[in-house]
Amino acid sequence: MQWIQLKIDDRKIRVPEKTTILEACRMNNISVPTLCHDPELTNWGACRLCVVEIEGMRNLITSCTMEVQPGMVVKTSTPKVKEARKTILELIVANHDIDCLTCEKMGECELSKYAYEYGVKKDVFLGAKRKYELDDSNPFIIRDLNKCILCGKCVRACAEIQVNNVLDYSKRGFETQVGPAFNLPYGESECVFCGSCLAVCPVGALTEKQMTAKGRPWEYKKVQTTCPFCGTGCNFDLNIRDNKVVGITSNPNSPVNGRALCVKGRFGVDYIHSPNRLTKPLIKKKGEFVEAEWYEALKLVAEKFKTLKDQYGPDSLGALSSARCTNEENYLLQKFMRTVIGTNNIDHCART
Amino acid sequence: MAGLATSFGSGAMTNSIKEIPHSKVILVIGSNTTEAHPVIGSKIKQAVRNGCRLIVADPRKIELTGLAEVWLRLRPGTDITLINGLMHIILKRGWEDRSFIAERTVGFENLKELLREYTPDFVSRVTGVPEEQLYQAAEIYAASDCAQIFYTLGITEHTSGTDNVMSLANLAMLTGNVGKENSGVNPLRGQNNVQGACDMGALPNFYPGYQKVSDPKAQKKFEKAWGVSLNPNQGYMIPDMFAAALQGKLKAMYIMGEDPVLTDANANHVRQGLKALDFLVVQDIFLTETAKLADVVLPGASFAEKAGTFTNTERRVQMVNKAIDPLGKSKADWRIICDLAGIMGYHFIYKSTAEIMKEIASLTPQYCGITHERLGIRGMQWPVLGEDHYGTQFLHKDRFTRGKGLFMPVEARTPDELPDKDYPFLLSTGRKLEHYNITTRHSKVLEGHSSEELAELNPLDAEKLNISDGERVKVSSRRGELETRVKLTDRVPPGMIFMTFHYKESPVNVLTNAACDKVAGTYEYKVCAVQVSKLE
Ligand code: SF4
Ligand code: SF4
Ligand code: SF4
Ligand code: FES
Repeated sequence: MQWIQLKIDDRKIRVPEKTTILEACRMNNISVPTLCHDPELTNWGACRLCVVEIEGMRNLITSCTMEVQPGMVVKTSTPKVKEARKTILELIVANHDIDCLTCEKMGECELSKYAYEYGVKKDVFLGAKRKYELDDSNPFIIRDLNKCILCGKCVRACAEIQVNNVLDYSKRGFETQVGPAFNLPYGESECVFCGSCLAVCPVGALTEKQMTAKGRPWEYKKVQTTCPFCGTGCNFDLNIRDNKVVGITSNPNSPVNGRALCVKGRFGVDYIHSPNRLTKPLIKKKGEFVEAEWYEALKLVAEKFKTLKDQYGPDSLGALSSARCTNEENYLLQKFMRTVIGTNNIDHCART
Repeated sequence: MAGLATSFGSGAMTNSIKEIPHSKVILVIGSNTTEAHPVIGSKIKQAVRNGCRLIVADPRKIELTGLAEVWLRLRPGTDITLINGLMHIILKRGWEDRSFIAERTVGFENLKELLREYTPDFVSRVTGVPEEQLYQAAEIYAASDCAQIFYTLGITEHTSGTDNVMSLANLAMLTGNVGKENSGVNPLRGQNNVQGACDMGALPNFYPGYQKVSDPKAQKKFEKAWGVSLNPNQGYMIPDMFAAALQGKLKAMYIMGEDPVLTDANANHVRQGLKALDFLVVQDIFLTETAKLADVVLPGASFAEKAGTFTNTERRVQMVNKAIDPLGKSKADWRIICDLAGIMGYHFIYKSTAEIMKEIASLTPQYCGITHERLGIRGMQWPVLGEDHYGTQFLHKDRFTRGKGLFMPVEARTPDELPDKDYPFLLSTGRKLEHYNITTRHSKVLEGHSSEELAELNPLDAEKLNISDGERVKVSSRRGELETRVKLTDRVPPGMIFMTFHYKESPVNVLTNAACDKVAGTYEYKVCAVQVSKLE
């Protein structure tokens, strides 16, 4: 691997070849704002917020799309750069539905983060604002195009992570939109509701329906865990508030899946709080289930198991363990059957 | 699982999910990956986007068939013939990897002998796949210096499931496509912790870590560790349990977190078996169809309410972390087992599941170096050989787990039940994207999105039966009958009907066949004969 030496903000820096200027900055803790860049996606240079000055080049350069060159001299925070970034933000804000009070993204919104940093107030440029109807066509994702900043991350996530190619830009100029072909609502498109677009959207244009008005991002405790559905073993964060799982969010550190998930993992864990959950032991008396205390129920089981074992031998008892339970639980159940009962009658529904 | 264990010495997926996007050739056989393992499916699509050549063998037109360079639309149940046919061509053309065969395997001569009969002409007639496509697929697979095979239920849920898997192992060994990055034989395990349940010895013939119950040395080891003397007799596999219950030999069952009434083939038989028991205990988070038959129901906790580990299909042991307290008076399943053992006079005393993992690691060679602490947020892929080992990305490098790879010649067998005059349709079952077995049906959002069975039927058949799209029809087999709505689509070939097993309103397993693979004990879910008729 070739190493390249360059200067950023008067610091001498060495990075591997093919690194972009943006990556070089971030590796060295030099902050550069970005709205359309994402480390897992290709770079399109759509938002231009990441511009920097490069000695010997007349125009400002988008740092996310240009690779480092030997001897390059880069400046990331000259007045010219700052001014350019501020103007970009002002233009976006001018055509943005500023609804921070009830916006689900509040606290995690990249646009508001940079507007704050660059002192951008609303409505510097007055002009027409978009007025699209909310796309509420499905149980999973709410799409509010009035907040879309056209960064195209969702388009790339759909094409590059999910490889479903449902989303694209359509129309031009002021009317430019991002969404499924023919401007169909999500619910009528070929969308499979993996939610990859939702996971990368930097603003409140794509939000999760189930989590609407359930809490602010900073109110959630996040707990990384492993998906309970299929054998892929995706990880994600459970978002907890008041001992309740409100929803899940992607965790980029997930070893198997990064931020990708499928409709089940991303939206299906609400079964945890289903009203059908069992919350007390039940004992069948005269054909009807009656609620019982733990000790009563376990004592009954223990006695029955013991009587049957004494009368018919240990091999008259069997257990089914579960591919949905943890390793520790599977281990314990087989140990229970083999030691306490004394039989190898243990199996699980090995649907492969 | 059993098939690969015979050929390679380990039944697990040989390679890693992260390798998929960089693969050069992928053969997907009997796996509707984008619906059954969606994120793996996306990675296969990413691979194709990166230039990987894809071969798909599947009777149904699934999403991946649209991306495949070659789609082998074989007749259901003819997998072995197809694979043997591909190997026949590879040998005929001299595309086999001779040095790999010589250095790493045994039994090649037997295979060669068997393959002689599987001429392209014969194979094409049996499978329905045109000869040119057989040549094309064989060439793509054999000519690449690395190639991956992925399969799931499609391949194992046949009476000849174990054989199917061994034939795939043969194909990989014949071409040296195993034991390196991007090259291997990869069973995609269905449920989240099937791999772990097997690893942990929730099997009638194995202690944890696939140590044989029949091996006196293993028995001694566990007797010493557990401080009791152990029963040397192999136990019942699932299908045998229900049969034994009906014969009065099995008197009581303890079922944790499974719903065999809904998920096992031939549901009526299962139900009768369970009813015949003297005593049934079910531990679950919902009052499942199985739980309704129980004498005692113990409320377990969901994955969000307890700590522990799951092992995914690529052997990665990962943390499940406790996020909330168990609901109401429900309890983590491990605590319930400990409490019950305590009442029965045995000391299962663990402060946490981390302590249980310590015991597992001390007895299970593959998990030897695993502790909860070491798993952290990235998990580890077994075998983890010690505290200074970081796990294994792909298996069988330089040496197979069993030493030399074993070619097991497999003769094609016909499925146990095929369509005939009375039951002219072939029923195939599987999953759909929105649901995972049963649990997801308690998800309000998923249920709202996909709440009813839509059996797939070819429009040509529908026309003959005068059935229109969305109509409710009767489907019956020799074992039972049900009603379901149909969707007319060319995803299924004429003569076939496809249903999922997610819906208790149309419980497909009253139809399926309980004939089961003699080695692995998996039922024949994939193929059985049914009749489709208009409702009066
Ligand atoms: S949810 Fe997934 S499939 Fe649907 S538009 Fe978003 S990225 Fe594409
Ligand atoms: S919906 Fe979100 S991710 Fe997509 S273009 Fe608009 S702002 Fe960007
Ligand atoms: S998110 Fe989807 S693909 Fe990932 S483990 Fe869960 S069910 Fe499987
Ligand atoms: S982040 Fe570079 S152009 Fe948007």
